[in-house]
Amino acid sequence: MTTTAAPTGAPRHSRLGWTVSDTLAITGRNLLTYVRLPQLVIFSTIQPIMFVLVFRYVFGGAIATPGGSYVDYLMPGIFVQTVAFGAIATGVGLAEDLGKGLIERFRSLPMAPSAVLGGRTTADLIRNVFVVSLMAAVGFLVGFRVHTGPGSFLVGMLVLLLFGYALSWGFALVGLSAPNAETAQATAFPVLFPLVFASSAFVPLETMPGWLQAFAGNQPVTVTVDAVRALMLGGPVVAPVLEALAWSLGLLALFAPLAVRRYRRTQ
Amino acid sequence: MSAAAVVLENVEKRFGDVVALDGIDLEVRPGTVFALLGPNGAGKTTAVRVLTTITRPDRGRATVLGYDVVHQSARVRSQIGLAGQYAAVDENLTGRENLRLIGRLTHLGRGTANERSAVLLDRFGLAAAADRPARTYSGGMRRRLVLARALMHEPRLVILDEPTTTGLDPRSRNELWDIVRALVADGVTVLLTTQYLEEADQLASEIAVVDHGRVIAQGTPEELKAGVAPTTVVMTFDSPDAGRRAADVLAPLSASPPTVEGATVELSAHDGPGAVIEALRAVDAVGLAPSTLSLREPTLDDVFLSLTGRPAAPEQPPADASDDLVRTGGGR
Ligand SMILES: Nc1ncnc2c1ncn2[C@@H]1O[C@H](COP(=O)(O)OP(=O)(O)O)[C@@H](O)[C@H]1O
Ligand SMILES: [Mg+2]
Repeated sequence: MTTTAAPTGAPRHSRLGWTVSDTLAITGRNLLTYVRLPQLVIFSTIQPIMFVLVFRYVFGGAIATPGGSYVDYLMPGIFVQTVAFGAIATGVGLAEDLGKGLIERFRSLPMAPSAVLGGRTTADLIRNVFVVSLMAAVGFLVGFRVHTGPGSFLVGMLVLLLFGYALSWGFALVGLSAPNAETAQATAFPVLFPLVFASSAFVPLETMPGWLQAFAGNQPVTVTVDAVRALMLGGPVVAPVLEALAWSLGLLALFAPLAVRRYRRTQ
Repeated sequence: MSAAAVVLENVEKRFGDVVALDGIDLEVRPGTVFALLGPNGAGKTTAVRVLTTITRPDRGRATVLGYDVVHQSARVRSQIGLAGQYAAVDENLTGRENLRLIGRLTHLGRGTANERSAVLLDRFGLAAAADRPARTYSGGMRRRLVLARALMHEPRLVILDEPTTTGLDPRSRNELWDIVRALVADGVTVLLTTQYLEEADQLASEIAVVDHGRVIAQGTPEELKAGVAPTTVVMTFDSPDAGRRAADVLAPLSASPPTVEGATVELSAHDGPGAVIEALRAVDAVGLAPSTLSLREPTLDDVFLSLTGRPAAPEQPPADASDDLVRTGGGR
């Protein structure tokens, strides 16, 4: 007998229905934490804003980009950078919950086990929507212009949000494996740093030495940035977007099961 | 289906070299309070984690209300409420939000979850603080919130892991004890772990003493205390010489020979207050008067002493306790 006994008087749901309901409950709980501790979101927003200003006004003049202005070239890179570094919060949050014994508490409840990870990554996706919208506003203020249309711009946003979501699952795995939140943070940074900076996010690949181009040209940040750039600034889109989606879905297909397995094993 | 609320049958759990549960057996009758009494590192929390399906036993069988913790873990989880040892609360959520979240995750439905939160906040004296973030709560308030959380879905078995060991003043402790008593009056089964004989004695109808992952004695509080050093009367005199003279006249009153250390004499008595009167008469008759006098109730240490001939094992064994190292070494 595997039917789940619902307490009498409780609304009846299918198993999937409960999983969704549990995931939403955990999502709400995590978003509430972000609202109660706005400094978490504010600090993760200030840094990319400073990047926008520094690259726009300090380095921008020295960086030559093919056609168009540097700020237009820059913003898609900043968007992707923002969601990539934002994904670290997923791992840090899980490591904190683990350290405080909250995950242990969840494990004793009759809830769907996948809801803890699903709710955390969903909350971080929603937070990313907020942060990226803010970044876009800052971009528009400093002269960023979309060359395509609002539809393409939104598709570009979806492509990079999916990338951030896939990375969230990767850092969920890191957070569940780390002994504490500080280690989760410290582990994530050296992984992301080369991916974000040895990429087309801030400068054209052609300006890099050949060996670095070989790496930078074939890693997901560059692929995602190029797709987003094509969607927002123009140029052929089908191939780069498909490549970006393939990377994100591939990372998701790899990390989500690994993170769930790790969660099951964490005792 | 077993009639017992909780069954552990030869359950073993290792963490690397550390044997946390070493073939533990126990049975809890429904509708009673059962205490797992043992020192730090005895395996109490590990037993609780096995029963709450948080961790799987390496060997043996464990059931809760007839459901197997490994094969029917979902059923088990819907029947139990756990108040963990470290009183983990969601710091950034208010007390009310903490309870509502658990209400949703135990599938109560929003309306019921809201009602039940309000009832429990009220009952546990948290109504005034209900809408404050839990990080502002005192130790006692946290404990009560954790307990309220464990009761949200009206579980038939409530498990309390060291509910009063940390952060509780005597008044909060007594309040918590009253809550536990009220639970049992409602027909709930309670399994609690503790390091205090007094707590087990106050609350439980059955006590199992655990040490190194197994039950070394079990019985009613009276049965356990009967085998244990009784109340100790401690008297201090003006000089070691007076102490020795007092010990001589007190010897016939003591259950075992009185111990003398400097000017302090200790005698064990089965009837504490009665023994005090007799002891005072005896020393008065030879012209002595103690400068201080106190009573010491039996502790977990005394139980251990009488059961094993040694005090409760410290978590970090002393360097010379080499025979203990095999079992407790490597523990954290
Ligand atoms: N997750 C773990 N990893 C390694 N050792 C553990 C773990 N949990 C418990 N232990 C060890 O198992 C033994 C029993 O621990 P525990 O069940 O927490 O005891 P108690 O709750 O009675 O203090 C201790 O030696 C402890 O160090
Ligand atoms: Mg413990």
